[in-house]
Amino acid sequence: MNSDRRRAIERGTGDAPLRGLDPLRLTARDAKRLLVDGEISSAELTKVYLDQIAAVESKVRAYILHTPDNAAKYSTKVDREMQAMRGPLAGLPIAVKDNMVTEGVTTTCASKMLHNYQPVYTATAVRQVWEDHVVMLGKTNLDEFAMGSSTENSAYQVTANPWDLSTVPGGSSGGSAAAVAAGEALWALGSDTGGSIRQPAALCGIVGMKPTYGAVSRYGLIAFASSLDQIGPLTRSVYDCALLLQHLVGHDPRDATSVELPEPVALPTAERLDGLRVGVPSEYLAVGIEPGVRARFDETLARIEELGGACVEISLPHTEYALPAYYIIAPAEASANLARFDGVRYGYRCADPVDLLDLYERTRGEGFGPEVKRRIMIGTYALSAGYYDAYYGRAQKVRTLVRRDFDEAFAGVDLIASPTTPTVAFKAGSRTSDPLAMYMSDICTIPANLAGLPALSIPCGLSDGLPVGFQLIGPAFSENRLLEAAHALEGAIGFDTAPTFRGARRERDANGWRADWPAPPGPITFSPEDAQS
Amino acid sequence: MNNGAWEPVIGLEMHVELDTQTKMFCGCAVTKGDAPNVHTCPVCLAHPGALPVVNRRAVEYAARIALALDCTVQARNIFHRKNYFYPDLPKAYQISQYDEPLATDGSFEYWVDGELLRCRINRVHMEEDAAKLIHAGGDAGRIAGSDSSMVDFNRGGTPLIEIVTEPDIPSPEAAREFLQQLRNLVVELGVSECNMEEGQIRWDANISVRPQGSEELGTRTELKNMNSFRYLQQALDAEIPRQIGVLEAGGTIDLETLHFDPDTGTTTPLRSKEEAHDYRYFPEPDLVPLEIDPVWVEGLRATQPELPAARVERFIADYGLSRADAGVLGSSGALAGFYEEVVAAGAGAKPAANWTMGEYLAHLNAAGLEAGHGHVTAERLARLVKLVEDGTVSTSAAKEVFARMIEDRAEPEATIEKHGLGQISDTAELEAIVAEVVAANPAQVEQYRGGKQQVIGFFVGQVMKASGGRANPQVVNDLLRRALDA
Repeated sequence: MNSDRRRAIERGTGDAPLRGLDPLRLTARDAKRLLVDGEISSAELTKVYLDQIAAVESKVRAYILHTPDNAAKYSTKVDREMQAMRGPLAGLPIAVKDNMVTEGVTTTCASKMLHNYQPVYTATAVRQVWEDHVVMLGKTNLDEFAMGSSTENSAYQVTANPWDLSTVPGGSSGGSAAAVAAGEALWALGSDTGGSIRQPAALCGIVGMKPTYGAVSRYGLIAFASSLDQIGPLTRSVYDCALLLQHLVGHDPRDATSVELPEPVALPTAERLDGLRVGVPSEYLAVGIEPGVRARFDETLARIEELGGACVEISLPHTEYALPAYYIIAPAEASANLARFDGVRYGYRCADPVDLLDLYERTRGEGFGPEVKRRIMIGTYALSAGYYDAYYGRAQKVRTLVRRDFDEAFAGVDLIASPTTPTVAFKAGSRTSDPLAMYMSDICTIPANLAGLPALSIPCGLSDGLPVGFQLIGPAFSENRLLEAAHALEGAIGFDTAPTFRGARRERDANGWRADWPAPPGPITFSPEDAQS
Repeated sequence: MNNGAWEPVIGLEMHVELDTQTKMFCGCAVTKGDAPNVHTCPVCLAHPGALPVVNRRAVEYAARIALALDCTVQARNIFHRKNYFYPDLPKAYQISQYDEPLATDGSFEYWVDGELLRCRINRVHMEEDAAKLIHAGGDAGRIAGSDSSMVDFNRGGTPLIEIVTEPDIPSPEAAREFLQQLRNLVVELGVSECNMEEGQIRWDANISVRPQGSEELGTRTELKNMNSFRYLQQALDAEIPRQIGVLEAGGTIDLETLHFDPDTGTTTPLRSKEEAHDYRYFPEPDLVPLEIDPVWVEGLRATQPELPAARVERFIADYGLSRADAGVLGSSGALAGFYEEVVAAGAGAKPAANWTMGEYLAHLNAAGLEAGHGHVTAERLARLVKLVEDGTVSTSAAKEVFARMIEDRAEPEATIEKHGLGQISDTAELEAIVAEVVAANPAQVEQYRGGKQQVIGFFVGQVMKASGGRANPQVVNDLLRRALDA
């Protein structure tokens, strides 16, 4: 019996194996095996997560929207029709970041602007896993329109990090990361524009991957920055990450920027790293990496060498310009992407507009939160006549240079390693009044987005009792190389600690957060026939 | 004011909706006249997360226009976002092209009063149309005074082509001719019906004046969004003397957008340059650069339909027509097609040309019909021409036959029969008339017999008159000579 599975089952005290399933440790790989072997039903597996949600969600608040009735109904249907529905993911529960549209299921993007938005279609990536008969547990919290690194910019609620409830889970996929870490989901979908999968995965002690730009369709992903956004998995293991990624990738005729991977995603098996050359960019270690994070990072480099790999120092000389370039390009694209929220066709509309300008100004003034407005203003300014060349034009040139840095580096190394974030999870409210400090959270993750490269984060230990993430970046379309290396490294690291839900939640109040935040839409039910069958 | 000392310089920007089956960036049908908002989807309603995908057929149609305008189709195309808020633009940006358009550096030749003019084409680019706003209540569908506005997104996202000329057009009349002939060209390419009432083709005109012979361009004004050839010419006719008046009074022209009011015949400012939008163009990140294979372009070039300029030359060469006649018949595909059908049905090329340009065109104009949709088919007209040629009907009677063919929607033979319009060549019948005419005009008989041979014309005329124009002139001539010389 696989050790993960034995751990998962034996940890329980009840007489049935089911009661012993530990949602904090169970991997999708093992859950799938239990399902296939008939040791557990999808309904029972789903109930494990619904029970865990009932137990810890008041502390974590990972979900904006729960869909328990649908999950129960649909998992029962999978059980009943197991023969017909036997797919690689059939019956496995999943959480979906609430910036992917789901037909018939309210999709808010954590914004008041979409508090009542009922999508009329389903995002391609979500549809693909639905068609594989996964069971959706709900929609997870995020920074409004995925703009943020702490999930504190949600219009609805603050999500706490299950490792220490007074800290943030990272962002913007903080709800998905916290849900997986807290055992409130077997795995989850997130999106990554500047680190929004990898950074929360690192802060929550799980695996998170941003695939090569174009590998996963963006159709139905509510756009933040179109040239940077990618959907990817947040999972408890690298194997799970590969398993989920297999069902996300593929060319989508509805997304002109999507492509077919040159080779299918393989489930990783590697235990050694013989011959693997790993570059460590000196610039990434010069950005104020805190000592505990640096220590875990250095230990992990040593493990790479123990496994037969070689670590060499490299240079990515334009790294220091990546962050400022990102904060021109992403807001510029966002300023146009978010212009459609005008109160005319759907979503929030201000009360009693007197004319068109009033409709626009008050709808957008009232519907968007402060960070979203800040970025719309930055982006609008950067694209304005007379400033375009100085800002957007130059940022695009920097982007080309950052990409070239990577091209040159990958001529000499197979993968690039860095800490995922400079620090472990920080206290809720500690950076909300300092946008630049918040932006620094993504300093190690942003370059891969600018260059469109695949990158993942795996947990590599704890610092001050909080998880540290180890990032690997690969050349474009090197998903399999990345996953194999991460799998071998994961085995050697043997990270086996579960969060303890210590500490106290910090609610949004004294830190200048708005008093008039709307209530979240709350649990709703929808017919599985409508939405998922 | 001395208009003669100044010359106008006109440039045009045309927008043409393409008749593709589906929209520019989604699979919704392009239609007219359906219930509002039935041809919509997440993409053309700009729902969150929806993405555009380029319509290949629209690129083909656009490239066909570009090739017909002798432009270079660029191998690399970039779409840009043009940002502005308006309810007819659901994304709040229009996907358009900016500094890397589909095609550049072309030219278009067109006739004005029998003279061939050439206008350089700056660019042809692709974009998407806005939705249609309907202003309810108030006055005649205008926004001013309306109670509410509604949006019909059926039109939103229709493929749209923008054609921009250089300022090469020398007069309002030339501008009108340019547009009419360019419209004919686009219609013939089969890429748009260019229905003016439905706004499938609309244009802006840029106009400035400069001292006669000057090389420098004056400051221009822009006349926006016109869709009537007549208004275009009227607007330009009004704007040119206004500008000259301002300049001669020592004033300067403001770079501004003008509105032409056809009721008053005057132009008034709409907005000035200072109020102009900052569209914040930037490359559309949802679309990859569109690489156009030159081989594909050559394939299009090889399958272009015959264009007016080439057709005019062919009409001159193949049918022996004068350049003027070939120009009239060849510049419109529908009329050219009709003419060629008449010839193919057996009519002589020259009489067929005369009939098509004369009676047939007059009929179309009178009835407000397009060529090919008149009430006389090419085949029937050909038969009528042949009946004239073989002497069954005289030329003058044939015109009446034509008119009655339209009234009765009838065959030429049946019309001639029914109305007794056939040419009389029967000698016995004509001899009686000739005898009457000779007997009734003794003075002229004297003159003729006195050696004034040309009086024969008088007698022929009298006989033709008496026969209702149906007498065969040759037979009459012979009979008269016989009678007078006796």
